[in-house]
Amino acid sequence: MAASLHQDGPAAADAAGPAPLLAVAGLSKHFPGVVALDAVDFDLRPGEVHVVFGENGAGKSTLIQTLAGVHRPTAGTIRCRGRAVEIDSVHHARQLGISAVFQEFSLVPQLTVEENLFLGAEIVAWGLLDKRALRRRAQEILDRLGFPLLPQQRVQYLSRAEQQMVEIAKAFRAEPAVLILDEPTASLTEREAERLFALIEQEKRNGVGIVYISHRMDENRRIGDRVTVLRDGRRVATLAMDEADDERLLQLMTGRVITQIFPQIAFAPARRLLEIERLATADGAVAEVSLELGAGEIVGLAGLVGCGKSEVGRACFGATAAAAGRIRFDGEDVTGATPGAMLDRGLFYLPPDRREEGLVMVRSVRENVALPALSRPPLSRFGVIDRGAERRRVRDLADRLNLQPRAIERDVQYFSGGNQQKVMLAKGLTRDIKLFIFDEPTVGVDVGTRVAIYAFIRDLCQSGAGILLISSDLPEILHLTNRTYVMYRGRIQAHLAGAEITQDRVLAHFFERGAA
Amino acid sequence: MSEAMPRTAAGIWRHAVLRIGVLPLLLLLAVVVFGLLSPNFLTGQNLLNVARQSTFLAMVAMGQMLALLTGGFDLSVGKTLAVTSVVGAMVMAASKGLFPGAAVPIALGMLAGVAAGTLVGVVNGIGVALFDISPFMMTLGTASIGFGVALTLTSGVPVYGMPDAFGDIFGFGRLFGIPAPVYVTALLYLGLYVVLSWTPMGRYFYAIGGNLKASMLSGINTRLYLFMAYVLCGFLAAVAGIILTARLETGEANIGASMPLDSIAACVIGGVSLRGGVGRLGSVVLGAVFIGLIQNGMDLARIESYLQEVVIGVLLILAVIADRLRYRLLLKLKD
Repeated sequence: MAASLHQDGPAAADAAGPAPLLAVAGLSKHFPGVVALDAVDFDLRPGEVHVVFGENGAGKSTLIQTLAGVHRPTAGTIRCRGRAVEIDSVHHARQLGISAVFQEFSLVPQLTVEENLFLGAEIVAWGLLDKRALRRRAQEILDRLGFPLLPQQRVQYLSRAEQQMVEIAKAFRAEPAVLILDEPTASLTEREAERLFALIEQEKRNGVGIVYISHRMDENRRIGDRVTVLRDGRRVATLAMDEADDERLLQLMTGRVITQIFPQIAFAPARRLLEIERLATADGAVAEVSLELGAGEIVGLAGLVGCGKSEVGRACFGATAAAAGRIRFDGEDVTGATPGAMLDRGLFYLPPDRREEGLVMVRSVRENVALPALSRPPLSRFGVIDRGAERRRVRDLADRLNLQPRAIERDVQYFSGGNQQKVMLAKGLTRDIKLFIFDEPTVGVDVGTRVAIYAFIRDLCQSGAGILLISSDLPEILHLTNRTYVMYRGRIQAHLAGAEITQDRVLAHFFERGAA
Repeated sequence: MSEAMPRTAAGIWRHAVLRIGVLPLLLLLAVVVFGLLSPNFLTGQNLLNVARQSTFLAMVAMGQMLALLTGGFDLSVGKTLAVTSVVGAMVMAASKGLFPGAAVPIALGMLAGVAAGTLVGVVNGIGVALFDISPFMMTLGTASIGFGVALTLTSGVPVYGMPDAFGDIFGFGRLFGIPAPVYVTALLYLGLYVVLSWTPMGRYFYAIGGNLKASMLSGINTRLYLFMAYVLCGFLAAVAGIILTARLETGEANIGASMPLDSIAACVIGGVSLRGGVGRLGSVVLGAVFIGLIQNGMDLARIESYLQEVVIGVLLILAVIADRLRYRLLLKLKD
């Protein structure tokens, strides 16, 4: 299959078109233990929207980050308007006319909107900041984009959607030739997204080339001219958007039929394990949430990034303080309990960001896995660690999860993302757990590990554990859960069960009620 | 990656540095250089002197290591020595007349001194762990407080009048030819080794410094163990303070001024990461011995004490640069 698909690559498709703004050949990027990009070809023409499509971990982010000067390629060439370039920094990329909007914001929270917009490109008169010109230019950019922001607002007090707008405005500041947008609509409302699409149309007419990444098919279809599909770091195909129907794209993306990725799960909802009543968190992310969950079922918690779904999970685990409402676990009120106490009661929370808060990167697999269970038998007795028991336990779990390589004394930082994720899962198995809360369990892992993680979740569920699956990944919600709550701005927007859980219905509730 | 055998000489050198660190090489170099500079350097008596002189720094550095492991540091260790010395000596001198014999006053004085020094650690721990004050500001603050208290208590004058037995036993005593302070250091080393390698608390120190959030989400009471790291650090500095008092036979408010710098230097030279989460106890003690060795060697080579300060400062900076390079090499190996 792959061989025939490569023929409709960039060389074959429309060779008579205008010279490309960007031409990438044989681009590879290796990270420790992972090949993130493997000899990828990619080109971008003036006035087109080129969609990059693929699963989490397929290499989309690495590709655009390399183009934007965040990473330096291990091999391969990048040509910018026909000239070979070595992009060695984000600053350099900007000088070449390449501007990027990443999912992770590059804003300084303590500075104002205008200060952020012109960070690194301040307008100076006689060696001093020309604040009046800055204010005027900032206002001009915001007006042109139609974003309702004040230049003098401090970024830290803005909502996530507003911060997204600042980030987008920053990319438009320098009138770029190449614009890279990574999930730009992830936290915009429908109206703001419309405004962005209009802008993209306008930029296209000006001859700007746009690299676009979004997991929403309708969006890709609407604004995309061509699409490049990546899988496991390789380019699988480049097609004109109207040549590719959804089924074909999904097949190219996953390399298999979708039912193979997601396991069949036999749900047997039993006694109620978790009951949340009108919960609000102290950080304001959760305004009012009530939900319940039983043993033997997988309940989804879906919604946009920043809608508060993660904080619901954290509040249950005692990692985020509750301001109002109550949380009952296994019949007892556990509002305000500590993570340690929740582990003792049998609730485990798996955080979304391995590096940031999941693992101690500079320590070994053994030490990481044992951490939640270290202070009690059988791993320690009378305050002394039984290192033999610890080693045996961790080795068993490494076997069970098929950790690659099986080197439990090696620092976690030297494992690939997928295997790091397995180390996190193993942590949950060191204790007697009745309810697992998975917060974005498959972010940045390859398809193979994804399948392993889904099978793992199925096994837990079928052996009688309750599972709360917090995810921004729609297919995950659609295929794994028997009930799903959709959140919007800190509130439950919908509660769907069984056959009601469809893409349209879930997506419809990602935004304001009535909209979309 | 790390299993692959390096072929080039540069590769072998690089691996050696990564594996064992620069410390053993530096130690060897120092022994050779000072052995050539001074004929008295490599005598048994002098090496025993080095061991004894290094003990105070070794004790403080072991405590400093705990603070560094958790991702912080303790700048108040020097003034902890001072507080311990002054309080210990005053209690000992005051109680000498109240009890027959020397045993009770010595015990009371040592307890009071160590308690006072540990209290500095308790205050540090409360500030850092409970109020999230940066270790830099917190320990800088308690250092100033400790110094002020020690000076106020003594009006700046050394405290005399301790029982002679105190200095004779803990300062100058020998058993099988080995000085008493060395035994104390060995005892503390053993205790701390057990804590770091065989108890959950020790493991938690590493985990908290490696990733505070991950530790919290693993159900660890991070505030408690952060607190404990500073308390233990204060305790170890306090023991060093009381033994140093025995050696000096007076209570002094002006001791320990170079301890914060020297103890951090010993740790970093011993391979403790300033980013937290990484470090070996044995290497820290070796780091302290290395600094002791340098100071002793420079004394024998008749290098002025003012100039010695320069050398220690240079060594510290070089150690930090080595730590950085090592970290960068590790990153490169990962790529």
